[in-house]
Amino acid sequence: MLDDISSTRNGCQWVLLFFSSVVQIMNETILEVRNLKTQFFTDDGVVQAVDDVSFSMARRETLGLVGESGCGKSVTSLSVLRLVSAPGKITSGQILWKGNDLLRYSEAQMRAIRGDDIAMIFQEPMTSLDPLYTVGNHIEEALRLHQGLRGQAARARAIEALRDVGINDAERRVDAYPHQMSGGMRQRVMIAIALSCNPDLLIADEPTTALDVTVQARVLELMKDLREQRDMAILLITHNMGLVAEMCDRVAVMHSGKIVEMAGVEELFAAPQHPYTRDLLRSIPTLDSPPKTRLATVQWHPTPEQRAQSNLVPVGDNHFVSAWAA
Amino acid sequence: MKRSDAPESTSTPSGDASPPASAHEGQLVASPALGENGAVPETQVIGQTPASTRATRQALTGRAARELPSVSASPIQLTWRQLRKNRMAVLGGVTLLLMYAMALFAPFLAPYNPTNQSPGGQNLTFHPPMRLRFVDRAGKFSLHPFVYQTQQQFTEERDIIYPPVAEQPRPLRFFVRGSDYNLFGLIPTNVHLFGVDNGYVYLLGTDQEGRDYFSRLLIGSQISLSVGLIAILITFTLGMLVGGISGFYGGVVDDIIQRGCEILMSVPDFYLLLALAAALPTDWDPVKVYLLIIVILSFVGWAGMARIVRGLVLSVREREYVEAGRALGVGDFRLIVRHILPSTFTYAIVAATMSVPAYILGEAGLSFLGLGIRDPMPSWGNMLSTAQQLSVLERYEWILAPGFMIFITTLAFNFLGDGLRDALDPKSRKLG
Repeated sequence: MLDDISSTRNGCQWVLLFFSSVVQIMNETILEVRNLKTQFFTDDGVVQAVDDVSFSMARRETLGLVGESGCGKSVTSLSVLRLVSAPGKITSGQILWKGNDLLRYSEAQMRAIRGDDIAMIFQEPMTSLDPLYTVGNHIEEALRLHQGLRGQAARARAIEALRDVGINDAERRVDAYPHQMSGGMRQRVMIAIALSCNPDLLIADEPTTALDVTVQARVLELMKDLREQRDMAILLITHNMGLVAEMCDRVAVMHSGKIVEMAGVEELFAAPQHPYTRDLLRSIPTLDSPPKTRLATVQWHPTPEQRAQSNLVPVGDNHFVSAWAA
Repeated sequence: MKRSDAPESTSTPSGDASPPASAHEGQLVASPALGENGAVPETQVIGQTPASTRATRQALTGRAARELPSVSASPIQLTWRQLRKNRMAVLGGVTLLLMYAMALFAPFLAPYNPTNQSPGGQNLTFHPPMRLRFVDRAGKFSLHPFVYQTQQQFTEERDIIYPPVAEQPRPLRFFVRGSDYNLFGLIPTNVHLFGVDNGYVYLLGTDQEGRDYFSRLLIGSQISLSVGLIAILITFTLGMLVGGISGFYGGVVDDIIQRGCEILMSVPDFYLLLALAAALPTDWDPVKVYLLIIVILSFVGWAGMARIVRGLVLSVREREYVEAGRALGVGDFRLIVRHILPSTFTYAIVAATMSVPAYILGEAGLSFLGLGIRDPMPSWGNMLSTAQQLSVLERYEWILAPGFMIFITTLAFNFLGDGLRDALDPKSRKLG
């Protein structure tokens, strides 16, 4: 089953494979998460935040991780970077980054991975920047840590990075403090920081949730452009189905710590197999829903038997659903 | 004029507003005159309007131009702007600057070696302060100050008195050569700011041993003022670091550190100091004793700082930018030092400023009891120890001068600390 997941390649990529060995490298599976379990040991008992989750990501692929609040999306992404802090703990599984298990890495090795190979942007652009440093300082810090750049060289790169994310007047803005910028600009800065070291994987944890709609659109546009330019994969965490439809190649739907369905984005929207996915899609109001009717809510809730049969089984080409629903 | 001064005084320090300021002033002065006198010819008003609007526009564009670069107004600049508005804090700050400058140049400012028991050639014990005189016996005024020499006499109660002898005026001379010393501990020289030829000048009198009290006060300030500063530096560094680590890691590390701090804090400071100081061998080098006192003082003090910093760190470490820093691969130590502790500086700076006096007083207290800096090395505390006897206090009131200095220093630190607290508190920061 796991092999099936890891060999997720679409036809287009198969064609590319012929062109050169470089392209072959670009098609490799860069991240593979196997049977990941992250638990929180609280005073009131153990919480299974991530429960036996497996997925993989190829280079340049955008995978959407969707689900309701508290379903384990964010913890999954934090687990990939091993940033889960006490009382949370990754208790079992493997996180293979280009074939090496990150869970066996030392803390120092992990630090070298974070920000350099795998970067992350957070939901709240308002609070994710240290108010005491200029945006330039932030980018320079990343460059300093991973590329050993300092002084003028780092500053020049910082300005360049800001320009890349579409900030006007970057020479001046590089010296601005976070509080002097708008939310959209700050999120751009966050993206600039994350991309400053050319990561292979960008984890975006609800990158646009805190932004208003027009700014959202622009930030998404930016992320799409940068994805093309830099050949990076994006793990997009969101509960916004619209965002998924627009950005992602594949989607994984999570519920109570488990992936219940995973499929290509068109297929998932067209033919959802799992009752939870169906409920989730139905709950999105559309413009032509009849007026003065109640909005659909998610009704599905797993019974213990259903939870027990939660391993993913293939139901179609690149389409997996938990065993119970299949 | 007063009206025009007030608004301008806020903008002039920024420097670039001065050309429009004068034009602006004219306009402001003109307007009340117009209000009082309705008969002002209209031509004057019209004639003035273009100039004044230009001035206003200039002032406005001047301000706009000033605010654009304020993109890079750092927190330090903001604090400084705020602090400058607090008169008492500025007064405290200036006083402290003067004090520390005085300590730095003490051997140059002091006319005599502080340990010399007969600086004027003869040993004069408890000589009262000498008056600087400008008018001589003949009633002639001169700008050049001079002092009268004195004659040692004994009263019937066997008190020593020093009546001035008018026949022996000694003009004060500047940049005279006297005892050797090293300026800043580096430059060997023997030039003193002032002194007299063929005699002595005791601006603050002498002590029991006949040493110049003014010189001792100055040299003593070096020890008394630096003790507080160095001790607070050690306390600050240690408290921040330990508190930062304790709060950042939490769990077992936190528990161990906090219990350690509690044990340290439950030891009564002054008695610990007494015990430690009493355990010192009496024949130790004064410099060694001085360093040890600093270490003792800060050793006792850092735990309180660490506890409060830890509490602040507990809240700061949960902020998202700390998480973001981690996700960027920033190491723990760098996270603590660069991203977490700076948020606690606001508290720490104020706490540090406010607790410097405690260290100065601590040193003074120890030395007063004869357990700190030992004679002949002067410090404000051990100079005061002569004043332990009521009889001395009654007759030789100048012996209290170091007490006055301690009082001024403590007050100045408290004013500055208060001002800093207000300036660093964003809630008290007024707009504009």
